[in-house]
Amino acid sequence: MLETLALVKDAGPGIGSPIGSPVDPPRDIAPADNVKPMVMLQDVTLKYGEMLALDRTTMSINPSEFIAVVGPSGCGKSTLMKLVTGLLPPTSGHIIFDGFHVDGPVKGAGMAFQNATLLPWRTTLANVMLPLEIVQPYKGKIRSHRAEMEAKAKTLLDVVGLGEFGDRQPWQLSGGMQQRANLCRALVHEPKLMMLDEPFAALDAFTKEDLWEVLQALWMRQRFTAILVTHDLREAVYLADTVYVMSNRPGHIVRRCTVPFPRPRTPAMTFDPAFTELVNELRALIAAVRSSK
Amino acid sequence: MMQSVVKYGRPWLITLLLLLVWELAVRAFHIPEFVLPTPTRIAETTWQFRQHLMLHAWQTLMTTLVGFFFAIVVGILLGVAIGSSSAVYDSLYPLLIGFNSIPKVAVVPLIVMWCGIGTVPAIITAFIISFFPIVVNVATGLASVEPEMKDVLRVLGASRYEVLTKVGIPRSLPYLFASLKVAITLAFIGSVVSETIASNDGIGFLMLSASSRFQVALIFAGVIIIAIMSILMFLVCVYAERKLVGWAFRGQPT
Ligand SMILES: Nc1ncnc2c1ncn2[C@@H]1O[C@H](COP(=O)(O)OP(=O)(O)OP(=O)(O)O)[C@@H](O)[C@H]1O
Ligand SMILES: [Mg+2]
Repeated sequence: MLETLALVKDAGPGIGSPIGSPVDPPRDIAPADNVKPMVMLQDVTLKYGEMLALDRTTMSINPSEFIAVVGPSGCGKSTLMKLVTGLLPPTSGHIIFDGFHVDGPVKGAGMAFQNATLLPWRTTLANVMLPLEIVQPYKGKIRSHRAEMEAKAKTLLDVVGLGEFGDRQPWQLSGGMQQRANLCRALVHEPKLMMLDEPFAALDAFTKEDLWEVLQALWMRQRFTAILVTHDLREAVYLADTVYVMSNRPGHIVRRCTVPFPRPRTPAMTFDPAFTELVNELRALIAAVRSSK
Repeated sequence: MMQSVVKYGRPWLITLLLLLVWELAVRAFHIPEFVLPTPTRIAETTWQFRQHLMLHAWQTLMTTLVGFFFAIVVGILLGVAIGSSSAVYDSLYPLLIGFNSIPKVAVVPLIVMWCGIGTVPAIITAFIISFFPIVVNVATGLASVEPEMKDVLRVLGASRYEVLTKVGIPRSLPYLFASLKVAITLAFIGSVVSETIASNDGIGFLMLSASSRFQVALIFAGVIIIAIMSILMFLVCVYAERKLVGWAFRGQPT
């Protein structure tokens, strides 16, 4: 594995330096001196029974940072998401979110999966408003300030281009539209943390690129901290400030790359040589990681 | 418009045809009335005994509905308990399956021994025969909630109760209504069987006493009245299903 890393390291200047021993994290993954990280993982290991799924993973994510996690299938990306949100307790190691130890499901995180999981008995607008019925302080106000909350949800639907579809049932929307509504539902309560597990994997290329722009616009409005799991390297580079590359199972982080491109990024930028070069480097790195044992 | 008349008219037409064939066959082959009465004879008897029949039909209907009501209440409570906790699911589900494989009719004498004859055993029989499909369906509905959906709610900070009311229960409503359509018919079977064995009231009792007096036309009248009540209650369930869980049909009429 060391050879493959060395090989990729020579490939170009766009990629950051490889991480050494996870026990002794190098400078560049430690938080910047004056910023308190929003999410921090310290030597997090997870076993499903006897099987090691995630191996001593260390990460530090700043507030409002958009990170992407890429890696071979089955390397533990979805597991990482469950650990960060407290849905699974780690076998060992520490997870800190917003200054507190995670020891149970976090409160108020937004989450979106590959299938939109909208509730078919609610209209699109009512679906988007679901978090407002659960998360404080909105929960306490929803009865008395219903109109205000509805306006909030409607504004968000407008931003993603679903303004006219609020009163439709979810099954009357196309897959791409459902995923837009899903993003709205994940963000309506203005969460500090947004978890995205392959949210666009089931969409066609055009819809996908539209939604990259939508998601970026939402991020620039709300500046939440985002963790995106994806198999699409262009997507990762387009959306993220930092891309983490994970190894084969048991997963651990083999590389952290900073994406230097300014925002807002446009689909045209994805044809920029620097952009393509970074994507290709990541691709080569994952290919190397996949073939290593 | 014309098409729907044809569509909904067809079952009625077929029923009429069958009755006509029945009538003609009985007359043509000179089948005696105590074997098979003609439909006109049955209609005549029904009219003749109309007050009697109404009284007993009312008794049976009330008995069935009370039993059915308890079946819904207990069925939902038990179904929610089983479906929302895998520990309860694992320990109770096999028991329920075992319980359900007992022919309920065989239990009626026991119930009679404990509760005497009359309305109470009929209600209990209607209840025990009809609550099982409700429990199973509610539990299945709850257990079939997508794990991702639960995760989305849990990381928002939702309590178990909120997950249940916001997702679990709405998700299992279509399952509940599917089971109600089965359960209401079963409840009628339960109450009538119990009335036949141990009661002085109800259509079951009426049919039993009619058979001891060879009033075959009256037995048929009883059967038809039960069928009509059963179908009407079934339609009530269908109507409630449309009103309350229309979303499950994605706006398509079924
Ligand atoms: N609940 C579970 N019980 C046991 N093993 C599990 C469970 N969930 C995941 N695993 C295993 O842990 C490993 C990592 O799974 P995970 O779902 O995190 O992978 P992933 O990186 O998200 O994969 P993909 O890219 O295909 O979605 C896999 O080998 C998987 O088989
Ligand atoms: Mg996954």
